[in-house]
Amino acid sequence: MSDNDLTRRTLLRRTAAAGLLATPAMGLLSACVTGGGEDEPADQAEGEKSAENPLGVDGKAPLEIVIFNGGYGEKYATDVHEPLYKAKFPEAQIKHSATQEIATTLQPRFAGGTPPDFVNNSGTKFMDFGTLIQDGQLQDLTELFAAPSVDDPAKKVSDTLVAGTIESGTYNGKPYVLNYVFTVYGLWYSEKLFKDKGWTVPATWADFTKLLDTIKAAGITPYAYAGKNAPYYQYLAILTSAAKLGGPDVLKNIDNLADGAWKAAAVKTAATQWAEIGAKYMDKSDEGLIHTEVQLKQNQGKVAFYPSGSWLEAEQAASTPEGFNYAVTPIPAADGATLATGLFATAGEPYFVSAKGTNPRGGMEYARQMLSKAGAKGFTELNKSLTSVAGAEEGITLSPGLTSASTVLKAAGTGIFSYRFDGWYKELDTELRTATNALMFGRETADQFCERMQKKADAIKADSSITKFTR
Amino acid sequence: MRHGKYPFVIGFLAAPVTIYVVFVIAPYAQAFYMALTNWRGLSPGKFVGLENFQRLFTNDDAFWKALQHHGILLLALPLITIIIALFLAFMLNVGGGSQKGIMTGVWGSKFYRVVFFLPQVLAVAILGVLFQAIYRPDGSGMINSLITKAGLEPIGFLIEPKIALWSIIAVLVWQAVGFYVVLFSAGMSNIPKDIYEAAMLDGATRMSMFFRVTLPLLWDTLQVAWVYLGIAAFDAFAIVQTLSVDQGGPDGSTTVIGMEIYRNAFTYSKYGYASAMGVALFFLTITFAALSLRVSRRESVEM
Repeated sequence: MSDNDLTRRTLLRRTAAAGLLATPAMGLLSACVTGGGEDEPADQAEGEKSAENPLGVDGKAPLEIVIFNGGYGEKYATDVHEPLYKAKFPEAQIKHSATQEIATTLQPRFAGGTPPDFVNNSGTKFMDFGTLIQDGQLQDLTELFAAPSVDDPAKKVSDTLVAGTIESGTYNGKPYVLNYVFTVYGLWYSEKLFKDKGWTVPATWADFTKLLDTIKAAGITPYAYAGKNAPYYQYLAILTSAAKLGGPDVLKNIDNLADGAWKAAAVKTAATQWAEIGAKYMDKSDEGLIHTEVQLKQNQGKVAFYPSGSWLEAEQAASTPEGFNYAVTPIPAADGATLATGLFATAGEPYFVSAKGTNPRGGMEYARQMLSKAGAKGFTELNKSLTSVAGAEEGITLSPGLTSASTVLKAAGTGIFSYRFDGWYKELDTELRTATNALMFGRETADQFCERMQKKADAIKADSSITKFTR
Repeated sequence: MRHGKYPFVIGFLAAPVTIYVVFVIAPYAQAFYMALTNWRGLSPGKFVGLENFQRLFTNDDAFWKALQHHGILLLALPLITIIIALFLAFMLNVGGGSQKGIMTGVWGSKFYRVVFFLPQVLAVAILGVLFQAIYRPDGSGMINSLITKAGLEPIGFLIEPKIALWSIIAVLVWQAVGFYVVLFSAGMSNIPKDIYEAAMLDGATRMSMFFRVTLPLLWDTLQVAWVYLGIAAFDAFAIVQTLSVDQGGPDGSTTVIGMEIYRNAFTYSKYGYASAMGVALFFLTITFAALSLRVSRRESVEM
């Protein structure tokens, strides 16, 4: 065999050698997926604290903002909030970007230790908050809420917000997340349709079922939700009924994974009542439709009541006929309810500041600017949504739906409640969606519903790999 | 000439081998490692040994449901697809009878061939949108508008737990058939014409020609098709994700392992656990492929 002859065996040997050469590259690759995160935080910018600059921002430090480009777009950031920050710190360079897939875009950056400073962690592909917090990625916002507000230095930022806003972003006692958009949930209907038909909005459960009978007789589907992708609109309705029956502690127990929380009498009664609505007043085919398809049916006058939040009007703007006039009414309380006038409402649309970014103080200042009257007003004007800043919508002409939401919110006073488990325990959320469809479309009874939810809650409680939260 | 041989061969091999190792082997190895950790997507996960697998096999109803569905898919998808594809291929190639001693397909067979192959070139996302409209459960669905016009109750193709999986299988079959028609057509064109002629002279009907001549001589191609379709039966993720109610519903009646991996990784942020499912899927697919190749080898010897 001559030296130059390449036999099959040497060829194989050499191939293996090439594979070995590539191994270090493989090590690098694993490092960037499973490594990172433990690096020391990068040098973080900090400036002098003063009355004008209560958070001690370094005015020259660049600030990176990432916005979820969904229902609210990105215009409110580029046209309202970023100019506000820029006006205050003209030398700061703002790096803005927007994406529809937050987790896909940002997860690698958090894993690699170079996160952006301020993130709008929203949309279906948001990053799990529990995991981020467990990993120390989120800045504690206590300092922000204790800082003097932009419009009135005598008032703290926390005092300018709608009650419940800070709590909604608090994880195990620390405020990590700023929920900016205040959402009112209830049953949405067309004011015009109801006026034309002479129907009045029900105040009690008995009135509600009576009205649903009338609507059914008129040939309109009385009640609908989209089973294919939005059963959580409906489980919100079921749990609202439960909270009204047994008081907000029913929801608190569910959130805290308390023993037997799902087997409480209030939950069972609410599930029974709603199962009846499902059996009598819903169209079976809605289980196979997505939310926009059902919402379109409502716009076409084929559906009377639809459970949703106050984003609905803006979402449907393109397909809503002239004079439709969206309006909302709280989910009616059953007889003997503890909290007859209660309302499910909560701050949503989460924003956070990265603890391991280069400019966390700038991020907090940006949030403070968002919470100024000018910032909130700009957002409401652009997006037709209420913000967590109390009274910021005053002086703006609101759309019919938003006016209705704001009226209902005022009428509820302090009887506002919500739950947190859907963000804390995704497993519970998934199970509840499935169980809700099974209940509402007649495959399972209320007892089975409670049984199965309790089983899942217990399993999550027993699972040591899941971070637990309490409120 | 000989001097340049080493650099030449190595130059050719280095790039593909490196790319293969970095982009195929390394991620596999990584997934195997990740399956042994409780990694949640950010900071490095802790090594937990076989805990993920233990949970998977003892305590995950969704996973077992998905496995059952793969069992059904594994039987139904290849069987139905192959039967339909065989029938169509036979009609396209031999079904028209003999003209001047040459076997031909039914009239218009060239046109049909294009039509049958069409679904194969459609992207899965398009299929999803298409079948959403076809299966829509109310009167505006393509099939249901006909059914309701006939005065019957609309069928909840994707919302009745009993038929949802079969509706999904129908889409998979519809998409796959075209490719196997072409594959079987190629196989049939390899069958010597004189065998058919001889059979014709002996007065064989189309039916007996199919079962006595075409089928036995196509056996090898059939086995290849079976393995391909079997492997496809372990996937089905994209169609389930786009079409099914509540992602794998109603009530988990259409879920597949791919769907559960997706849910655990991207909804629950349990990347370690999802990797364990991925590893399980890997071994299932490998076992199936090895088994069916072993079986098919023996049978082709019997031929």
